[in-house]
Amino acid sequence: MTLEVGSGLTIGLILGVVIVVAAMLIWVERRLLSFWQERLGPNRVGPFGLLQVVADMIKIFTKEDWVPPFADRFSFVLAPAIIMTVILLSFAVIPFGPNIGVVESNIGVLFILAMASLGAYSVMLGGLSSDNKYALLGSLRAAAQMVSYEVFMGISLLGVVALSGSFNLRTIVEAQEGMWFVIPQFIGFVIFLIAGVAESHRLPFDIPEAEQEICAGYHTEYSGMKFGMFFVGEYLGLVLVSSLITVLFFGGWMGPSFLPPIVWFALKSGVFIAFFILLRAAIPRPRYDQLMSYGWLFLLPLSLINLLVTGAIILST
Amino acid sequence: MFTLVKDTLISQVVTLWGVFKKLFVKADTVEYPDQQPYMFPRWRGRIILSRDPDGEERCVACNLCAVACPVDCIALQKGEMEDGRWYPEFFRINFSRCIMCGFCEEACPTNAIQLTPDFEMAEYVRQDMVWEKEDLLIDGCGKYHDYNFYRVAGKQIAGKDKGEALNEAKPVDVRSLMP
Repeated sequence: MTLEVGSGLTIGLILGVVIVVAAMLIWVERRLLSFWQERLGPNRVGPFGLLQVVADMIKIFTKEDWVPPFADRFSFVLAPAIIMTVILLSFAVIPFGPNIGVVESNIGVLFILAMASLGAYSVMLGGLSSDNKYALLGSLRAAAQMVSYEVFMGISLLGVVALSGSFNLRTIVEAQEGMWFVIPQFIGFVIFLIAGVAESHRLPFDIPEAEQEICAGYHTEYSGMKFGMFFVGEYLGLVLVSSLITVLFFGGWMGPSFLPPIVWFALKSGVFIAFFILLRAAIPRPRYDQLMSYGWLFLLPLSLINLLVTGAIILST
Repeated sequence: MFTLVKDTLISQVVTLWGVFKKLFVKADTVEYPDQQPYMFPRWRGRIILSRDPDGEERCVACNLCAVACPVDCIALQKGEMEDGRWYPEFFRINFSRCIMCGFCEEACPTNAIQLTPDFEMAEYVRQDMVWEKEDLLIDGCGKYHDYNFYRVAGKQIAGKDKGEALNEAKPVDVRSLMP
């Protein structure tokens, strides 16, 4: 049995594995967070609490599927579907291994940026259609945050694109044969990391949700599986950003040959997933205006300078 | 510029490293049902009624515990034996109200009511939280092994007249004190 890019088997495997990993992350995150807070975390259900996810899923599937009477029904139901769809679509262009992937796209980077922008609609529609002041505040914040952070998320990637000369993610990985792009593009990597956290609205940049300030922000009115889709969508976004960082800056599937390429890919992505969880455990949430001014006044100029210097060096050599 | 870098980057990295080190610190959690905590002997938990060394009920139904109780969770009714001893006809503690303050134990003149280091008293039915005398009475003496109220008290009962208690002087015949 051989895997090849775009075969039905590969697509099914990628879809299944990605969703299962995203669901398992619920348990992984709770466990890791508790270790970093000197607790034990969920360890009752099954060995090491592994079946906690199953229990959570049973609970969330059997909950009443409720739409508030004051909500706009169509967009209320549509919103959680959008975030799942666009993030799963983004996985289509990611090369998981030398022969594992869904499509060979020459515009992979652009496709992912476009899908990330569409993801903003999910949050906006969810908050607007809920007809709830906290949800509205959440979606306002989400819209502003997404718009401002997408700008330099794209610009920080352009350094990598310039070095490899391609928008194709597979070509970008192959261009890192000699040296991972994290070394020449370290500033780009840090900016993309920060933008990635903001883009998947995880702590410390979970301003649109911000339980302590505005209930749960845009998904205040959601319950049952519709909330579950937002929830798993967040973890899918986490997996996506981690695998993007791996692909763009850390040489994708490449590594010493004693492990198969897909394992290297999983290991590298896992490190970044753990790092994102560590960010959540350690860093407090900034104020909303701090987040905006930090993005526009510091990260955007920095990413522009980074791109400028990269371009100058490429031209001069 | 330096303070900006210090605030935005260095202090965050220091925080991240500090939190990451917690991975190798033993968790503070006590895994309770598997790992029982040490209960101190004076812990104020489930209330019991003790018996004296002869096996009789210590409680004399004086109602002092019910009066001392700040949440009024104790109810009892006095009865009297043929030999003159007092005893509670019923003695009822509503543990859904009880706050385990131990005032009843302090008020008790006969060391009958005592608090024990047992706290696992959860019930599925609320009515089961109400304990009757049969549930409260234990066979032993509790914390005071050789205390017997009727043996030391001046109270007159059948088989023990005035002045026959331990360390009790004979009643004085006031007429013999005449000058």
